[in-house]
Amino acid sequence: MAHSHDDDHNHDHDHGSELSEAALRVRALETILTQKGYINPAALDAIIETYETKIGPRNGARVVAKAWTDPAYKIRLMRDATSAIAELGYSGRQGEHMRVVENTPELHNLVVCTLCSCYPWPVLGLPPVWYKSTPYRSRAVIDPRGVLKDFGVILPETMKIRVWDSTAEMRYLVLPMRPEGTEHLSENALADLVTRDSMIGTGLPLTKGHAR
Amino acid sequence: MTTALLDALPNIPRDKDGPVFREPWEAQAFAMTVALHAKGLFTWAEWADALAYHIKTTETKSACDSGVDYYSHWLSALEQLVIAKHAATPEGLHTLQAAWDRAARATPHGQPIELANDPSPAYTIS
Repeated sequence: MAHSHDDDHNHDHDHGSELSEAALRVRALETILTQKGYINPAALDAIIETYETKIGPRNGARVVAKAWTDPAYKIRLMRDATSAIAELGYSGRQGEHMRVVENTPELHNLVVCTLCSCYPWPVLGLPPVWYKSTPYRSRAVIDPRGVLKDFGVILPETMKIRVWDSTAEMRYLVLPMRPEGTEHLSENALADLVTRDSMIGTGLPLTKGHAR
Repeated sequence: MTTALLDALPNIPRDKDGPVFREPWEAQAFAMTVALHAKGLFTWAEWADALAYHIKTTETKSACDSGVDYYSHWLSALEQLVIAKHAATPEGLHTLQAAWDRAARATPHGQPIELANDPSPAYTIS
């Protein structure tokens, strides 16, 4: 269900949840081992956090780089992101739909899930801890410009910001603007400029010369 | 997590910085294993053996394995090792899986799924 906070705030968060069999087994293990004192959930979070920065965003970066270099792919991506992303071999198991929202000189897009942490796992991997945090989830809608400033992203006052609220059925991926001066870069080199945050909308792509 | 520890594991999906995951539960299973090793429940060699054994025995049964199910193997091997070390029982795990399932279904999407949401808690931890 596509909707943005430009209009009223409807949410499709009203049915029961479902966990995969593997997720249930992991939770059962974690519960028993925590209650018996073998593990501490906070320590697990710390371990996971160590890896979050490299969990996944390469998939999304390849989607973005292809859209920057292949106009026909971009058209397919904007029309039916779920299929276009699946073309590259990335698809979710739960059948969630993807929608790509494009940044332009007039419009910046920001993705949030106000009520939980719906996130496009297949393309971005694990969500960063801040994405799941209450301050981000509540402030992204009320004060997106302030949130972006906290991330070091200062946009011109004239640039409109649109906030997209993810649901279990609909996940959003931001297509950032291709940085200037990158006309001669290959698709692979371009993918290196695409950060995870730039695909959530809390960051911008790296500029040429800052490729990781 | 040192490279040497990862090197001991059979073909763990990784990039130059470390292991890579596709879904949150995979990272949770990974983190749990690292934490249990740190706690001393098993040695890393024991874990590597358990994982390799599980992959080997299940792969001979099913014809192909492209690595897609790596963390399914990981999770099964971890369950078996935890049970072998008497840190949990199969019954205990099964009961809690059912409890988590009921809790998830009773939780409206958008709210955190917590075990306390289980409408018919019937488990005890011994």
